[in-house]
Amino acid sequence: MKPPPPIAMLAELTHRCPLSCPYCSNPVELSRQDAELDTDTWARVFREAADLGVLQLHLSGGEPASRRDLVDLVAAAREAGLYTNLITSGIGLTEKRLAELDAAGLDHVQLSLQGTNPEMADEIGGYNGGFKRKMQVAGWIGKIGFPLTLNAVLHRRNLHQLPRALEMAQEMGARRIEVATVQFHGWALKNRDALMPTREQAKEATRIVTEARRRLKGTLVIDYVPADYHEDYPKRCMGGWGTSGLNVIPDGTVLPCHAAQSIPHLTFDRVQETSLSDIWYAGAAFNAYRGTEWMAEPCKSCDRKTIDFGGCRCQAMAIVGDASATDPVCIKSPHHGALQAQADAHASQDDAVLIYRTMPGKAAEPAQ
Amino acid sequence: METTDIPALPRGVRLHHDKVRDAWVLLAPERAVTLDPVGHAILTEVDGARSFGEITRALAERYNAPIEQIVNDSAGFLDALRDRRFLDVTA
Ligand code: SF4
Ligand code: SF4
Repeated sequence: MKPPPPIAMLAELTHRCPLSCPYCSNPVELSRQDAELDTDTWARVFREAADLGVLQLHLSGGEPASRRDLVDLVAAAREAGLYTNLITSGIGLTEKRLAELDAAGLDHVQLSLQGTNPEMADEIGGYNGGFKRKMQVAGWIGKIGFPLTLNAVLHRRNLHQLPRALEMAQEMGARRIEVATVQFHGWALKNRDALMPTREQAKEATRIVTEARRRLKGTLVIDYVPADYHEDYPKRCMGGWGTSGLNVIPDGTVLPCHAAQSIPHLTFDRVQETSLSDIWYAGAAFNAYRGTEWMAEPCKSCDRKTIDFGGCRCQAMAIVGDASATDPVCIKSPHHGALQAQADAHASQDDAVLIYRTMPGKAAEPAQ
Repeated sequence: METTDIPALPRGVRLHHDKVRDAWVLLAPERAVTLDPVGHAILTEVDGARSFGEITRALAERYNAPIEQIVNDSAGFLDALRDRRFLDVTA
């Protein structure tokens, strides 16, 4: 059976970023600037994506504003017919640059929030003055009138700020907020001791979101990503592996999801050598976990298998050491109990220090 | 949705013809909603100027259908879009 065409593409334009959030979803092995695709290649990839059926393009990073050709890239994406979303921390955007992005046709901005005050935000982002700058950028976004989603990333250190984040989204005129509890991939995996929410925090966040959804219906749309390890059922793997989206990283490698390189036996193609269409339909990595054929028990005979697709392959790899195992978050996984205990242990490491993301060639991270 | 309400697609929400799937879709922040012919017909009448009453009268005429049914279908559809912030409504 031929898989459906993809709906969304995440373009990681660069791994460079002025911030160094300890939960960054970029791989621990970051791409260097000299390996990044150039403007024309990205423009070609956008056209190939549109021809393949992609409707939504997410321009991400790293910090996409670190690309000097960002405005040209947005123009190229709109010309290809894509709905264009900029995922940014705001750092690197000026009022002038935002006006240029507006003229280039940018459809939507997603602004990340590391904390609701300078103390928290600048500590988590590892960047002094970042919060102040972000508020300025939010003002310009509002002035131009870009539709805005605020993306609040929450974890043990800042979950108590959730009510304020909901207020800030409304003050900024955002139509949506993503309340995203940290998922443990990439750099976050190194920071589980510092970031793992407690079970009580996870419950409280769900309560606050449920109440706010009712109260703010029609005003603010709330997308919620609950704390992962504390749940009884895993998160659905997108729309299923290789079913709805694809991810192009700075050096042109195409991944089924941002964490897929953590599965060591997978091989990936690059846009320099292979067309996006061939990669999507015939690429080995995309076919590895498509559908349900690859599943073993308990997923194989489970009635939820087309609801969550067995959960996250990367999480199964990271925790159980087998990418085709049931996501250990699942209550039916033999590893569920151990994972819950592990989550509680991480959540009780009160003095754990943050391990910041570092670029290749920069200072080594502090000892663990 | 009241007769005098004026619906409008806000910035960042637009109709798009999907060539690959041969369907009309409504593109919005982080979402793409596939439209059936009825949904598409309703949204092509939404221009930010005409009221809900005018829109439903036009649709009833165009499709030669009972106005109550058109009002019901359109109100349900547009209210759902409004709840997701894909539609602005001014009184
Ligand atoms: S494997 Fe995991 S990280 Fe990758 S898309 Fe699926 S759920 Fe997300
Ligand atoms: S057993 Fe597999 S398919 Fe069933 S709920 Fe758990 S992860 Fe999902």
